[in-house]
Amino acid sequence: MQATSIETERSTLDQVVRRFRDVLPPDSVITDPQQRRTYECDGLASHRVVPAVVVLPDTAEQVRDIVRICAEHDVPFVARGAGTGLSGGALPHSDGVLVVTAKMRRILEIDLDNERAVVEPGVINLDVTRAVSGQGYYFAPDPSSQQVCSVGGNVAENSGGAHCLKYGFTTNHILALEVVTPDGEVVELGGPVREAPGYDLLGAFIGSEGTLGVVTKITVRLMRTPEAVKTLLAGFPSTDEAGAAVSAIIADGVTPAAIEMMDALAIEAAEQAVQCGYPEGAGAVLVVELDGPAAEVEHTFAEVQRHCEAHGAFEIRVAADDHERAMIWKGRKSAFAAVGRISPDYIVQDGVIPRTALPEVLGRIARLSAETGVRVANVFHAGDGNLHPLVLFDDSEPGAGERAEEVSGAILDLCIEHGGSITGEHGVGADKVKYMGRMFTADDLDTMQRVRCAFDPAGICNPGKLFPTPRLCGEAPGRRRGVHPLTEAGLAEQF
Amino acid sequence: MPTTTKDALAAALGADNVRNATDADAVCGVRPQWVATVDGTESASAAMKIAAEHGLRVVPRGSGSKLDWGAAPTQVDLLLDLSAATGIVEHAAGDLVVHALAGTPVAEVDETVRAAGQQLAIDQPLPTATVGGVIATGTSGPCRHLFGGVRDLLIGITVVRADGTVTTAGGKVVKNVAGYDLGKVYTGSFGTLGVITEAVFRLHPVAAEHRWISATTTDPSTAGELADAVRHSQAVPSAIELNRAEPDGPITVCAQLEGRPSATHDRAAELAATLGHGADVLEAAPEWWGRHPFGPDGIGLRVAVEPAKVPHLLTAVRDAAGDLPATVRGAAGLGVLHVGLPGDADPSAVADLVTALRDRCGYAVVERAPLPVLAEIDPWGPVAPGLLTLMRRTKDQFDPEHRLAPGRFVGGI
Ligand SMILES: Cc1cc2nc3c(=O)[nH]c(=O)nc-3n(C[C@H](O)[C@H](O)[C@H](O)COP(=O)(O)OP(=O)(O)OC[C@H]3O[C@@H](n4cnc5c(N)ncnc54)[C@H](O)[C@@H]3O)c2cc1C
Ligand SMILES: Cc1cc2nc3c(=O)[nH]c(=O)nc-3n(C[C@H](O)[C@H](O)[C@H](O)COP(=O)(O)OP(=O)(O)OC[C@H]3O[C@@H](n4cnc5c(N)ncnc54)[C@H](O)[C@@H]3O)c2cc1C
Repeated sequence: MQATSIETERSTLDQVVRRFRDVLPPDSVITDPQQRRTYECDGLASHRVVPAVVVLPDTAEQVRDIVRICAEHDVPFVARGAGTGLSGGALPHSDGVLVVTAKMRRILEIDLDNERAVVEPGVINLDVTRAVSGQGYYFAPDPSSQQVCSVGGNVAENSGGAHCLKYGFTTNHILALEVVTPDGEVVELGGPVREAPGYDLLGAFIGSEGTLGVVTKITVRLMRTPEAVKTLLAGFPSTDEAGAAVSAIIADGVTPAAIEMMDALAIEAAEQAVQCGYPEGAGAVLVVELDGPAAEVEHTFAEVQRHCEAHGAFEIRVAADDHERAMIWKGRKSAFAAVGRISPDYIVQDGVIPRTALPEVLGRIARLSAETGVRVANVFHAGDGNLHPLVLFDDSEPGAGERAEEVSGAILDLCIEHGGSITGEHGVGADKVKYMGRMFTADDLDTMQRVRCAFDPAGICNPGKLFPTPRLCGEAPGRRRGVHPLTEAGLAEQF
Repeated sequence: MPTTTKDALAAALGADNVRNATDADAVCGVRPQWVATVDGTESASAAMKIAAEHGLRVVPRGSGSKLDWGAAPTQVDLLLDLSAATGIVEHAAGDLVVHALAGTPVAEVDETVRAAGQQLAIDQPLPTATVGGVIATGTSGPCRHLFGGVRDLLIGITVVRADGTVTTAGGKVVKNVAGYDLGKVYTGSFGTLGVITEAVFRLHPVAAEHRWISATTTDPSTAGELADAVRHSQAVPSAIELNRAEPDGPITVCAQLEGRPSATHDRAAELAATLGHGADVLEAAPEWWGRHPFGPDGIGLRVAVEPAKVPHLLTAVRDAAGDLPATVRGAAGLGVLHVGLPGDADPSAVADLVTALRDRCGYAVVERAPLPVLAEIDPWGPVAPGLLTLMRRTKDQFDPEHRLAPGRFVGGI
């Protein structure tokens, strides 16, 4: 039985590859095992699967042809941008096709009159800003990976960054998408004209982690580069004081562009890696950035400084120029990588809590760390309660990996317990599928999957991601309770 | 065992909460059989379960202020009245978040959070508009220019599905990417996907000072230049609105700035000086600010173009209006404007105007109009075929029997 089904799959894949070669240039279809292995994981290296076929389309038409061929043969496919995702969203399917957008890197149109640009999905995030910064504009979403990640990946993950406290997430900066739906239709979601009637499927697509189709064109909103930017670094005795300063700033009605916090262990790591010169002996530092009209920034900056001092900041440094500002950010932005210097292995966690729960949750994480002996460094977007605990371990030590996983999972449980979320920006992907059921009820998940079924009735678009158990789309929805009849009859499996 | 539908509803909700409908309960001229009043998620779910068992077509109602928006339903059996589902579940001031039941007036939510120096940045001039109605219609006012529309402020939502199942999406933290963002799909869905029973919104601090910069011209392209100049300036306006009382009358462009005391006034003065055209700084918004250019019995259209093409829209309205006394007002900075007409305007002339605007602008929607106008023209207009297919499939998934507000939405959904 087993052997036959594998053989059938092989011959289906052979046919699919032959059809790909009809519509794509020869070097765009990769079947060589060694080359395919390059794509076995994204930024989450703990999950690895070698894809059956890799394709590198040049154009939207080629993407459409690829998806149509997959749909005709019922072969699963996964889109991949730059592969920097941290939740295994672009983890390939072993019997499926990996659609890599690396060749689709053209900026198709820049329309400053309407403050927008049209780009292909493989365009690197920072390249959008680079293309328009000379004229005083920028693309606001700024994940720390912005020098390498793709705009298509940003759309799929609804990526955030340090500045989303004020400017929102990718979803707030996308006007339109051209997508190839999993049945091979080319559809435009949203458009250059705002508030068009109909269901907001653009809103549903953004953040859907590649499960609703492949993005082939993206219309992004451009914003005016702020007139003034001011950045401050403040050293505090501990995260408690730093947290209190954050609360005071927000309570005063100030919306900084960013408020980032690092604890002692994270500072130590960053210091070793990039010598960013953060205040010595600090138990926590805050990076606070204000931007906007010069007069407003000046005014507000004085208040922020006052709040930091009032809550125990023992050193405050104001960046005098772009270089000093870059140094302040360098420590923060290199923190993930820097942790590699103080620990051979680590897990980057991503969870959210209401900002007011910060002191309580940080305290609980510290206790968890003390009880288990697993070190945890904290780097996070304090303004919106988005934690990135780095759980340190040494994989060569027996059982250490498992203990780190446990601590990392316990932190997510803390987030859920406090009414937060299991992910603020990295996504669910393959990694957090098992936690979805802790945050949402089965009915909530079933409702979300109705959107999935509307786009992808055959379930071939990035299957196995985001949802713990796939829904069977063919049945009339809404009536079933208990075991699915097809499962009961042995005709389908749910896993 | 209750046998009739009304008995079943009464058994589930209490006899006081179920009554026979009257003409006053009609939805775009279609009279339901019963009205059931619910006070929250649980009772809405109970009502929807009965509706599912009895195959009832249901239209939800908030305060009823805009129940005649959208197309007429093909049929309604049960009007589900959420006006008793009121209350603020939680105002987490430190987290700038508020959680309210769907029947709560938006004005009441805003009043509550203002006590903490915060605002729900959904401008609603109508005192009765409810949280659920505002989400279902996706209405928004001037300050969405800076803060975004309802879709951008909504972070969590509880919805009762057509089969009575209670479901939640999002949560109560601003940053959250777990699962699909269903709040956006429900926003502007006109009650066709589910009954919204609770919502969580993000809040913004109320600025200490507001100023308005206003300039008037008779030339559409000058009006466009003024709006563009503000949009591209460093002033960070929270709104850029425009008002033209007659199709070829003077056009006032007005921008709102907000921020810290005195700094804001200085910015406004600076902007006014660079704009020219007699631009003035005002200490209060003009009286038309944030109001629709049509009354409860009038005709209201929503017409949109790309932001830089606002002059094109103004010219299109002037050319196509003929004798109709059209008022144009709305978001000059976003390119989304309203056209207001008197309710007794000739229906076929209105239909001609809408058709002409559909040809020349991005879209033109009839937001509300008397029945004779709705009989002449599809209020929504065309949607691209591939996109409409996806919308139909979405409807089929959420409401397979098409019992929720049938026929109210785009493409007959
Ligand atoms: C050092 C580091 C720092 C990071 N910092 C941040 C941060 O600050 N904020 C943040 O949000 N993230 C951050 N990330 C995570 C990651 O960079 C983002 O999620 C990014 O948006 C992924 O883009 P990508 O092009 O690498 O996508 P990939 O990893 O290739 O794919 C991610 C997901 O998008 C889907 N996808 C990709 N392209 C398409 C397409 N064209 N159509 C449909 N689906 C598609 C994939 O199927 C997958 O599900 C960081 C990662 C690293 C390694
Ligand atoms: C600048 C501006 C000016 C305005 N001026 C006016 C004006 O002058 N006059 C005026 O009448 N309105 C005006 N409005 C619009 C009005 O505020 C909105 O229409 C309001 O959102 C309707 O709320 P409601 O509670 O009365 O909803 P209802 O009128 O009861 O319902 C509206 C729609 O939403 C659906 N619905 C309601 N509640 C729910 C729910 N809980 N779940 C699912 N679907 C639901 C209904 O089925 C219906 O389709 C204005 C809006 C703006 C932005």
